[in-house]
Amino acid sequence: MGDMSELQQREDALQGMGTSLLRKEDARFIRGQGSYVDDIKLPGMLFGALVRSPYAHARIRGIDKSKALASPGVVAVLTADDLKPVKLHWMPTLGGDVQAVLADKKVCFQLQEVAMVLASDRYAAADGAALVEVDYEELPAIVDPKKSMDADAPTIREDIAEKKDVGHGPRTHPNHIFTWEAGDKAAADSAFDNAPVTVREEILNPRVHPCPLETCGCVASFNKATGYLTVYMTTQAPHLVRTVLAMLSGIAESKIRVVGGDIGGGFGNKVPVYPGYVVAIVASIVTGVPVKWIESRIDNISTTGFARDYHGVGELAADADGRIKGLRFTALADHGAFNSHVSASKFPAGLFSICTGSYAIPNAYCRVDAVFTNKAPGGVAYRCSLRVTEAVYLIERMIDVLAQKLGIDKAEIRRRNFVAKEQFPYTTSMGWTLDSGDYAPALEKVLKAVDYEGLRREQADKRARGELMGIGIATFTEIVGAGPTKACDILGIGLFDSCEIRVHPTGGVIARLGTMSQGQGHATTYAQIIATELGLPASDIVVEEGDTDKAPYGAGTWGSRSTPVSGAATAKAARKIKEKARQIAAHLLEVGEGDLDWEVDRFRVRGNPEAGKTMKEICMAAHTGNLPDGMEQGLNAVAYYDPPNLTYPFGAYVCVVDIDKHTGEVKVRRFYALDDCGTRINPMIIEGQIHGGLTEAFAVTMGQQVPFDENGNHLGNSLMDYFLPTAVETPHWETDHTVTPSPHHPLGAKGVAESPHVGGIPCISNAVIDAFAHLGVTHMDMPHTAYRVWQQCHALGIDRH
Amino acid sequence: MAQKTLVSFTLNGKEVDVAVEARELLIHTLRERLLHTGPHIGCETSHCGACTVDVDGMSVKSCTMLTVQCQGASMLTIEGLERNGVLHALQQAFHEEHGLQCGYCTPGMITRAWRLLQENPNPTEEEIRYWLAGNLCRCTGYQNIVKAVQAAAQKLAAQPA
Repeated sequence: MGDMSELQQREDALQGMGTSLLRKEDARFIRGQGSYVDDIKLPGMLFGALVRSPYAHARIRGIDKSKALASPGVVAVLTADDLKPVKLHWMPTLGGDVQAVLADKKVCFQLQEVAMVLASDRYAAADGAALVEVDYEELPAIVDPKKSMDADAPTIREDIAEKKDVGHGPRTHPNHIFTWEAGDKAAADSAFDNAPVTVREEILNPRVHPCPLETCGCVASFNKATGYLTVYMTTQAPHLVRTVLAMLSGIAESKIRVVGGDIGGGFGNKVPVYPGYVVAIVASIVTGVPVKWIESRIDNISTTGFARDYHGVGELAADADGRIKGLRFTALADHGAFNSHVSASKFPAGLFSICTGSYAIPNAYCRVDAVFTNKAPGGVAYRCSLRVTEAVYLIERMIDVLAQKLGIDKAEIRRRNFVAKEQFPYTTSMGWTLDSGDYAPALEKVLKAVDYEGLRREQADKRARGELMGIGIATFTEIVGAGPTKACDILGIGLFDSCEIRVHPTGGVIARLGTMSQGQGHATTYAQIIATELGLPASDIVVEEGDTDKAPYGAGTWGSRSTPVSGAATAKAARKIKEKARQIAAHLLEVGEGDLDWEVDRFRVRGNPEAGKTMKEICMAAHTGNLPDGMEQGLNAVAYYDPPNLTYPFGAYVCVVDIDKHTGEVKVRRFYALDDCGTRINPMIIEGQIHGGLTEAFAVTMGQQVPFDENGNHLGNSLMDYFLPTAVETPHWETDHTVTPSPHHPLGAKGVAESPHVGGIPCISNAVIDAFAHLGVTHMDMPHTAYRVWQQCHALGIDRH
Repeated sequence: MAQKTLVSFTLNGKEVDVAVEARELLIHTLRERLLHTGPHIGCETSHCGACTVDVDGMSVKSCTMLTVQCQGASMLTIEGLERNGVLHALQQAFHEEHGLQCGYCTPGMITRAWRLLQENPNPTEEEIRYWLAGNLCRCTGYQNIVKAVQAAAQKLAAQPA
C-alpha cells in the first residue's frame, strides 16, 4: 500500500464521487455563451407564429388566410387541412389518446393551436397571425371536472365519442377517459368498518404549471436533398422524441436527429411532444427551409404541460392510538381536452399508488377517475415522478388530520406508523417494494435541530395570546428512477437508460448518455462517477447528452431518473472498461488477474508494492499491439441499464410559519430539510437541487394556480399573475442529510432533485394549517395566498381587532 | 419595406449601428442583429429579468425597451463583463458558489448584480434580495446567488482600486 497522504493526494486529484466539484457546465453560462434553442439561427430560416383560439370550446366554421398571406414577409399559413395530406393533423399522445396538432373542425380549450403563420422573421409572423380570420361558433364549455360526466354535459371529444376505451379500460361517458385502481378495496373497506377512528377530507392539488424560465421551442430543418430531418428542441427526452417523430412522419429514424442543446429549465414541462414542434417540422418539410417556433410565456403557461389538477378525497382508518389500519384515496383527475398525460403505459395515473408514504399501512386502496374538460391538455410531472406529489400531499395531509382528530402530536403519530428499519425491503399494501429506509432517526435529527419541543411551547404561548403560528412536518417517501422495463414503458419503449464511454490513449474520456440535463449538472456528476470508477481525473472527462446522433438510446431526464438509471449505466460501462484494463495490466505485469489489487488510480501486484500499472499507462497500452492474445484494441464500453426496482429517497422536513391574522400573510420563518438520497455523488449539486426544489414547493404551496372563469377563459397566464417567487419572498433553506444507500443500485444512489418539491409542498401546507388547528380547522386548499388565508381568518372571526 | 431608423450606440465599449423598425425591441436587436445571445427572453413582459442589460447606468429589461430609444446610449451586456480574458468577480463567484443551474437567468442576474455593486459595493443580504427581485430564477432558490454576490463584493473590496 502506498503512503496514506500520497494515496489521499491521488484520490483528491481525481475529484470523484463525494467531492463538491465545481460544475463543468458553468463556464459557458457565466459568459452568456450557452446555446439554447432560440440562439440557433440557420440560413434561410423562417419563423412560425401560432394562431390560437380565443374560445375554450367552439366549432370552426371557416378560416380565411387571404389577409395574412398578403402581409409583408408572410410565406405560408398552415391549417389542419394543410396537414391532412401528410396525415399530421392529429398525433398520438403519451397518454394513449390522440391530440389535434392544429384544430380540426373544433377547438376544445382556450388558446388551442388553430393555424401557423410562416414568415421571414418573428415580427412579420406575428403580424400575419393577427390577420388570420377564423369564424367560430361558440359552444358551452365544461370547466368543473365534477360536471364532466353529468348526463347533459356536452361532448368535448366528438372524434372519439364512440370509442369504448382510449387505451386504459372501459369508458362510461363521452367525457370519461379512464378509471384506474390499485390495492385491495375489500380489505380497505373492512378495515374502515372495524376501525375505532376514521377521518375524511377533500383535498385539492390545483392546476399548476412548471414554468421553466425558458419557454418551449424548436428549430426544425428538413433537407429535401438528403431526406434528413434535424430538430433542435427544448426536450428532456430527445431519444423518445426521435422515435415519436419517426412514428409520426414516416421518416426513417436513422434520418432524424434531435438535438437538445442547453435547456433553460424543464421541471417536466419539456417531456411531451407539443403541436408547435410538429407544425414547425411539417412546415420545414413542406417549405424545405428551416423553421423556428418559440412559445411566448403566455402560450407556455396556457397550453403546454400543466401539472396536477387532482381533486382528491382522503380517508384513513386507525386504532385509538393512531396506528393506521386502512387507507382509501380517490382522485378526480382533470386531464383537459386531450389525454396527453405523461405516463408509463401500464400506469395511466402514474405512481399515485405510492400514497401509503413512509407508513406501514396494512390495507389500502386508491382509485383515479380521469375526465375531459375544456382546458389545455398536458399532465406533466412538475418536478416529481408521475403523480407522486399528488399522492404524497394526500398522505402527509391526512396523517395530520388523523393526529388532530386523536389529539396526538404530529411528530408522534408519524413515529407510530413508520415502516421500521428492519422491515426493509418493505412491500407496501399497494405492491411497491421500498428498497431501503431509516425514517425514525431522520425525523429525530430534524426535531432536535429545530428544537421541536421548544417550538410547540412557543406555539402554545402564542395561541394563548391569540397569535397564529404553525409548525409543519413532512416525513415523505418518494419513488423515482423509472424504471424496470417489465413494469414501465412509454409507447412500448422500456424505460432503461444508457451510457457509452470511450477512453482515449492519453487517458482523456468522453461519455455519452441517453439522459438530458436541464440544469442538474450532469456533465459534472457523471464525470465524478467515472473518475472514481476508472481512476482518471474528472477534469479530463467530457460528458455529452442530448444529440441523438451521438448518444446511445435512453428515456431522458425526468422523474429523478438520471442518477438512478443513467448513473448506474455509467458505473456499469466504467466497470466493463475496468475489467478489460485489469486484463491488460495482468498481461503487462505478467501476473494473474487475481494477483492484482485496485488502488485509487492503478492496479498493484499483491505482495509486490513496487509493481503496478496506472490507469493512464493502461489507456496507452490498450492502443498498442502489446495486448493479451485475441484482445481487441481500444478501451470503450456501452452499457444499458434496466433497474431491478425503482429507488425510494426519503426525507424529514419541518417548516415554521407566522401568520398575520389581519392580512392573512404567511411568513416562513424557518425551513429545515433533511434528505436521504442514498450515496451522495456531488454534495454541492445536491444541495443546490434541494434549494431549487424547495423554492418550487414554496411557489406551489403559497401562490401557484392556473385559474379559469366559468367559460374556460384563463384568468392568470402571464408572470404578472402566475406566481414565481422572487429573491425577496423565498425563504432561507437549511439542509441536512442522512445516507441510506439503495441496495440494488450499483453506487447506492437514489436521485434527489424532486424530493424537496414533493416533500416541501405538504410540509409548508401542513404548517399553514397547523396554525389554525387549535381553532378546529383540519384542511385548507392550496395555494395559501394572503387573500385565501385571510378568508379563513375572517370565517373564524379572528381578523378583527 | 417598412421604414427603418438608423440607431448608433456603444455596446460593451464598441460603436455599433443598426437599422431597425421603430417597433423593434432592444432584446431582438441585441440577439438577432448584433449576435449577443447572452441576454435571454423569458417573458417579454418585463417580469422575469432574463433580458436584463445595463443602459446608461441603469438596469434595463431589454424586452420592453425600443431600440430606437437607445440612440447614443452606452450599453453593457453579460458579454462585456470579462475583460482581457479575466472573468469579472461576479462571474467567478457565481461559479464558485454554485449560483446557477440551467444558466438561463444567469446573464441577466449577473448584469443586475453588477449594477447593484456599482451603486452599493457592500450590500446586506436583504439589499441583495431586494435588488435582484426583478430577476427570476426557477432553479437555485436564490440562496447561492445571494452568496455569490456577497463573495464578489468581498473580493472586489479587497482589490486595489
